Amino acid sequence: MPELARAEGARITSAADAIREATELAMAQDECVFVMGEGVTDPKGVFGTTLGLRERFGEDRVLEMPVAENGWTGAAIGAALAGQRPILVHQRVEFTLLAMEQLVNNAAKMHYVSGGKHRVPITIRLIVGRGWGQGPAHSQSLEALFAHVPGLKVVMPACARDAKGLLLGAVADDGPVVIIEHRWVHYAQGEIDPGWAPLPLQGPRKLTSGDDVTVVATSYMTLECQQAVAALADAGVGVELFDLRVLRPLGVEAIVQSVRKTGRLLTVDTGHASYGIGAEVIARTVAGAFDDLRAAPQRIGLPEHPTPSSAALSQHYYPRSPQVAARIAELVGLPAGTRDAIVARLAHSREDQPLDIPHPSFKGPF
Amino acid sequence: MSSPHEMAPRATMMQTVVGPDERLALLTAMIRVRRIEERIAKEYPRGQMRCPVHLSIGQEAAAVGACAVLRRHDKITSTHRCHAHYLAKGGDLQAMIAELHGRASGCCGGRGGSMHLFDDDAGVVASVPIVGGNVPLGVGLALAAKQRRDGSVAAVFFGDGALEEGVVHESANLAATLRLPVVFVLENNLYSVYTRLEQRQPPRSMSRFADAHGMPAMEIDGNDVLSVRGAMLHAVTRARRGDGPSLLVAHTYRQLEHCGPADDDHLGYRPAGELSRWAARCPIQRLCNEMLEHDEIDESALDTIEATIAREIDEAFVAALAAPFPAAHTIAEAIHA
Repeated sequence: MPELARAEGARITSAADAIREATELAMAQDECVFVMGEGVTDPKGVFGTTLGLRERFGEDRVLEMPVAENGWTGAAIGAALAGQRPILVHQRVEFTLLAMEQLVNNAAKMHYVSGGKHRVPITIRLIVGRGWGQGPAHSQSLEALFAHVPGLKVVMPACARDAKGLLLGAVADDGPVVIIEHRWVHYAQGEIDPGWAPLPLQGPRKLTSGDDVTVVATSYMTLECQQAVAALADAGVGVELFDLRVLRPLGVEAIVQSVRKTGRLLTVDTGHASYGIGAEVIARTVAGAFDDLRAAPQRIGLPEHPTPSSAALSQHYYPRSPQVAARIAELVGLPAGTRDAIVARLAHSREDQPLDIPHPSFKGPF
Repeated sequence: MSSPHEMAPRATMMQTVVGPDERLALLTAMIRVRRIEERIAKEYPRGQMRCPVHLSIGQEAAAVGACAVLRRHDKITSTHRCHAHYLAKGGDLQAMIAELHGRASGCCGGRGGSMHLFDDDAGVVASVPIVGGNVPLGVGLALAAKQRRDGSVAAVFFGDGALEEGVVHESANLAATLRLPVVFVLENNLYSVYTRLEQRQPPRSMSRFADAHGMPAMEIDGNDVLSVRGAMLHAVTRARRGDGPSLLVAHTYRQLEHCGPADDDHLGYRPAGELSRWAARCPIQRLCNEMLEHDEIDESALDTIEATIAREIDEAFVAALAAPFPAAHTIAEAIHA
């Protein structure tokens, strides 16, 4: 990431390790912080993100939960109203659907309804599954549902630095923050800042600069976009790539400024395209950069059907870097031959590995 | 008793010895809730309180009896029918009446209305209008109390309808597993809006749910404030000792319509004679008669109590009507903490 100077003491780690480190730091910093969830004390420790916490902080602060998501989400809200700062962990986004009542009616509204007197400082970690046949109810990226609700903040880290910094920022926030972690982002290696390094929950991050097209991606799709952008750079296409990072509150000013320059916009979601985050980004950007648009904005997202389990089907379900590159090439009017060569090269680079596990090239470091 | 639900066989008398001073305090608190609700009902048709109201008339004993043994720093959560709980726990009357009037001086600054009464100073942490939705909040308050070792307990009020909600059982299971200092206070008033208990639940004991969740239960006459108080004392003592949660099932009756100020017996959803039968078991009249019989109170003392309450209510309505509405420019404030 060229925009980021290497911080003193920065080191390389996976996003999963960064999450574990952030949790440990937050718990050490403030004894009101505690972790709760199904599996947070089990031998796997939620993909390693909660390992060792119970040994260090004890059973009162790392709470194994019954399989009762709405109940313990409500309990987390109650504890937060009494001054605690729980971190809730769900191994799949879908489990949280059972807790939407508490999240939407109580967590999101308490501060507003009480005229600012009540605070609900809870952090809710959700994990998006992908690959290895996760299927229709273990792979959904439902960020748009959460981002629809005023009072919630919603963030999606795409790199280790954000996985750590945004989690620390979320725990420090006095309101409810939903962090949606893509399972494949857990593997992404990258630099993290040392020590207590919370990042503000605001604004996208520009990853590459370019004059031809603006691309806005979320979560894991940022990694796919980085590959597409690199391939297009070889053909002289300048892409300004943004990792959206924070979905609510949504800051689009940097994106609007970029589109005023490039005149072209593509959004790339991890969720369904319809009613998705890309739709919101496009609506706001068009309002701010209408006169500078040179082409109709485009969006890429998941198709309008559930995720099939079989790898034979799911390989046709998820958009990847070749599709992203093809769409960008069309937006900027790249000759068909050049476009096809780039797409073929990207596709070829993936042929050595099955598509239902994270490709080694996505492990970074990023 | 027309229904097995109205008084189950496990009903126990939980009265403990209560001195005259406390009986007077219980009586006064119940009369106060009743008069406040009656005044809301009387003023409601004027259209100044522009929000739904779910009045507690007939159910005062459960709220007053349970809150009588709670300390100020103990916490409660309540439901859409929260007026009695809020008042019994010590919630500020002027802030409540102002909230019903949508005024800036309301307990939620006019943002919550009658179904969102809270008063942090009094330990009324939240009232929420989704059935069962307040129950896990109370469990969380108890979790925080245990983690912070602040010695407080939490009480959660809910109705018979909430017993049909999964989240109530999730909450009870969690509270029992973690041995949290919380008391579940179930007020069975027999109706969910217009739908009678028999249409929603099979004939069976409500208190046995506690067995399923590994906690003790006490089933009591919810119109007998002394029984409620006695059972609650038992449950709160247990919670404070670190022995975990309990369930109280208080059988009582909602005398007015589900939502609004009126008598609705003419709609015919209540069996003939049921309302008058329960009205004859008025919790206030019951304690009052007993105290009159024992010369613990006389008509003149009652007049003084009534006059004091009337004055307080007058003042609350005058203050509410004089208070400013929240300013339009504040509508988008305090979305994020």
